[in-house]
Amino acid sequence: MLVPVRRFAYLLPVTLFLVLAGFFLRGLSLDPSEVPTALADKPMPEFDLPAVDDDTRGLATADLAGAVSFVNVFASWCLPCRAEHPLLTTLAEAGTVKLFGISYKDKPADARAWLDELGDPYERIGADLDGRIGIDLGVYGVPETFVIDRDGRIRYKHIGPITQRDLDKHLLPLIERLRQ
Amino acid sequence: MIAEIGHFALILALTVALVQATLPMIGAARDDGAWMALARPAAGVQWGCVVIAFAALTHAYVTSDFSVLNVANNSHSAKPLLYKISGVWGNHEGSLLLWVLILATFGGAVALFGGNLPPTLRARVLSVQALIAIGFLLFTLTTSNPFERLVPAPMDGADLNPLLQDPGLAFHPPFLYLGYVGFSIAFAFAMAALIEGRVDVAWARWVRPWTLAAWSFLTLGIALGSWWAYYELGWGGWWFWDPVENASFMPWLAGTALLHSSIVCEKRGALRAWTILLAIIAFSFSLLGTFLVRSGVLTSVHAFATDPARGVFILAFLVIVVGGSLALFAIRAPQLKGGGLFAPISREGGLVINNLLLTTAAATVLLGTLYPLFVDALGGDKVSVGPPYFNAVFVPLMTPLIILGGIAPLLAWKRADLAGVLGRLRLVGVATAIAVVWALWSHAGGPVLAGLGIGLATWLAASAAREWAHRVRLFAVPPGESLRRAFGLPRAAYGMTIAHLGVACVIAGITASSAWRVESLQVMRPGESVAVAGYDFTLLGVDNSDGPNYAVERGHVTVARAGAPVAELWPEKRFYPVQQRPTTEAAIHTTWFADLYFVVGDSDGRGGWSTRIYYNPLVPWIWLGAVVMALGGAVSLSDRRHRVGAPTRSRARAAPALAPEAGT
Repeated sequence: MLVPVRRFAYLLPVTLFLVLAGFFLRGLSLDPSEVPTALADKPMPEFDLPAVDDDTRGLATADLAGAVSFVNVFASWCLPCRAEHPLLTTLAEAGTVKLFGISYKDKPADARAWLDELGDPYERIGADLDGRIGIDLGVYGVPETFVIDRDGRIRYKHIGPITQRDLDKHLLPLIERLRQ
Repeated sequence: MIAEIGHFALILALTVALVQATLPMIGAARDDGAWMALARPAAGVQWGCVVIAFAALTHAYVTSDFSVLNVANNSHSAKPLLYKISGVWGNHEGSLLLWVLILATFGGAVALFGGNLPPTLRARVLSVQALIAIGFLLFTLTTSNPFERLVPAPMDGADLNPLLQDPGLAFHPPFLYLGYVGFSIAFAFAMAALIEGRVDVAWARWVRPWTLAAWSFLTLGIALGSWWAYYELGWGGWWFWDPVENASFMPWLAGTALLHSSIVCEKRGALRAWTILLAIIAFSFSLLGTFLVRSGVLTSVHAFATDPARGVFILAFLVIVVGGSLALFAIRAPQLKGGGLFAPISREGGLVINNLLLTTAAATVLLGTLYPLFVDALGGDKVSVGPPYFNAVFVPLMTPLIILGGIAPLLAWKRADLAGVLGRLRLVGVATAIAVVWALWSHAGGPVLAGLGIGLATWLAASAAREWAHRVRLFAVPPGESLRRAFGLPRAAYGMTIAHLGVACVIAGITASSAWRVESLQVMRPGESVAVAGYDFTLLGVDNSDGPNYAVERGHVTVARAGAPVAELWPEKRFYPVQQRPTTEAAIHTTWFADLYFVVGDSDGRGGWSTRIYYNPLVPWIWLGAVVMALGGAVSLSDRRHRVGAPTRSRARAAPALAPEAGT
C-alpha cells in the first residue's frame, strides 16, 4: 500500500501544470501590450527634457499641442524597440502622426549611435537621463507609446513594440477618430 | 498543382498517423502481433508523405510561385537561393511543416533502428509518436495551411524579414527543432513505459541515445541562434533572456538533467520515476516554447509569429499532451519499483544533486519568463523581468553545479571515498587558485565575479583532465599501459570528458566577454584612427554598392597592433528596399582569444561616420564550447553499447577497461 504523502508527490506535477494552464488560458484573453493607464484622458504631465545631443531638439509638453502625435519611449538597449522602429519610421514619413521620442535612461552616446544606425524619424527627442519623467508617465518598460490628441491629452498607451496588427486594429482607427 | 499535391500529402500523412496512433496501441494491449507490426510501415509511410509535402513547399519557394500565399508573403524573386530555401521555415506555417517533417523523421528512425526493441514497447512508442504528429498535423491543416493559394497572384513577393536572411539563421531553426522534436522520442518512450508499467535498465539504455542526439542538436541550435544575435544585431551581445530564448533554454536544462539521471537509471536501476518525469518535462518545455512563441501571451522580439487564435489550439494541445502525460504519470509512477538505497556520497548521489540544481535552474527560468503573465493575470501591473533577475539567480545555482561537476565523475558508484577523491583533486585545486589570482590580478579593478567564473572554468576543465588521467592511470603505470587503457576507455567516458571541457569553455567565454569587454563609440572621418584595447582601428572610407536584393554602405577598416597589420574589416549597413528595413552587418576579426568587432553607423553629414568598436575577449569560446559539448554528445552516441545488436560481444572485450569505472 502506498503512503498518501507519496501519492500526493506524484500528483504534484500534473496539479502544477493545470494551474499553469489556467494562467495561460487567462493570458490568451489578455493582450500583453494593451494596458489601461491611470493617465488616460488626462493632460500629459509637465516636462521639459533636454536634447540627446546638439544635432536634435529637446521635447517639452508644449511641443505636443496642435496635432495628433505619438510619444514613443525608447532606449538603445531595448531589443523590441528595434523591431518596431521601421513601422514608426513609415508612420512618420507618411505624416500619419507627429512622432516624438523620449530616450529613456540611456547614455546620449548610445542613443546617438542607435539613431545613426537605424535612422532618426523623430521630430523631437527628449533625453530622460535618470528616468524621472518615466515615473511621471508610469513607464513600466520600453518601448511604450502614448497617443496624444490635439489638445495634448493622453488618449491611449501602448506597451511593447507596435506591430502592423496593432496599427491596423487599434492605433490607426484611433488616430482617425482623434483627427476628426 | 504541386502545391495541391503537397496539401494532399499532408492530409494523407494525417490519416496514416491516425492509423499508427490507434491500431498498434490496441494491438500491444491485446498482444496481437499483426496489429503491432503495423506501426513500422505506418511510420515509414507517414514520413514519406510529409517529405512530399515539404518538398512541394520548397519547390514553390525555389521557383518563386507567388500564387501560393505563404510564398508571396515571405519570399521575393531577387532573394539568393539559400534564403529562398531557408524562407520555407522562416515563417509560421513553414516552420510548423519543418517541425512535422522532423517529427516524422524521428518516428521513421525509431521504426528503422528499433529492430532490437521488444515488439510491444516499439508499437507503443510509435503510437505515442503518431499521437503527437496528429496534433501538429491538425494544427497545420486547420489553422496554418502553408499551401493556401492567392488569387490573383502578385507580380512579386513581400520578401523575408532581412534580419532572417542570414546563413546563421538559415540553419538555426532546423537544429533547434531537431533538439525540441528529438525529446519527443524520450517522451514517447516514457509514455510507452508508463503504459506498460515497466521501466528497466534496458529501457534506460534505449532512451539514452535519442536523448543524447536531441540534446546535441539543441545545444547547436541554441548556439547558432546566439551567434546570429551576436553578429547580426550589431551590439556585441549574445544572450538577452528574451522569452523565446528562454523557451529554448528550458528544454535544454531539463534535457541535460535527463541525460544525467538516465545514467543513474541505467547503471543503478534507481531514479526511475524521476527519469520518466524528466523525459515528460523536457518535451513539455519544447511544446511550451512553441506555445509561448506563437500565441502572443508574452511580448518578445520574435513576436512576428503570434496569433491568439492559434494560441487557443496550441493551449488545448498542450493540456492534452502535457496534462494527459502527467496524469498518467500520477497514476502509474507510484507502481514503479524504486532502486536500491543511496549513499549520499557516491556517483549517483552527485548525479541527484546535479539533477536538483538543473531542474531548479529550469524552474527559475520558467518563473522569470512567466512572471509578467502571472502578475498580469492576477490583475496586477505589467512588469518585465530582465537580465538582472536571471543573472542574479543563475550564478548561485551554476556555481555549486560546476564544482560538483568536477568532483562527481571521480566518485565511485554506491559508496565513494570523498577524502580520497578530494586528495586526487589537489593539483586541480592549485590550478584553479592560480587561475583565480591571475584573473583578478591581470584585470585589477574589473568585476570580482570574473575571478569566480574563470576559477570555475579552470576547475571543471582541469578536473575533467584529472579524471581521464585517473582512468588511464597516467604516471602510475608505464606509458604504454596508459595508452592501451586510453584506447580501451568506452566512448561514453570520452563523451563526458569532452562535453565537460565544452562547458568549461563556455563558462570562460561568458565570464571574459561579460567582465572584460572594452567598447568605444565615436564619430570617425576617413583616415582617422581609434585605439581600443591595444589595437588601432583606422577607417579608410565608406562606399556604396548593391547586393542581390539590398543596397549596401560598406566601410573599409584596417586594424594594426603596435604598427603591425592585424586585419582588414568590411563592416556593412544594408538596406532592404522591399521590406524597407536596414540591417547591420558587423565586421568581426577573431583571434580565437578575442573578437575585434566593428560596426559602422550613419554618416553625420559632415564627412564623418559614427562607429562602434568592441573588444570581446574569449567570446568565440562560447560557441566553440557549445560545438565541443555537442561533439561530446556525438562521441558518446558512437559508443558501441548504444549501437544496435552489438552489446554482448563488445562487452566482453571492453571489460578490463571498464573495471576502473565500476570500482574506483
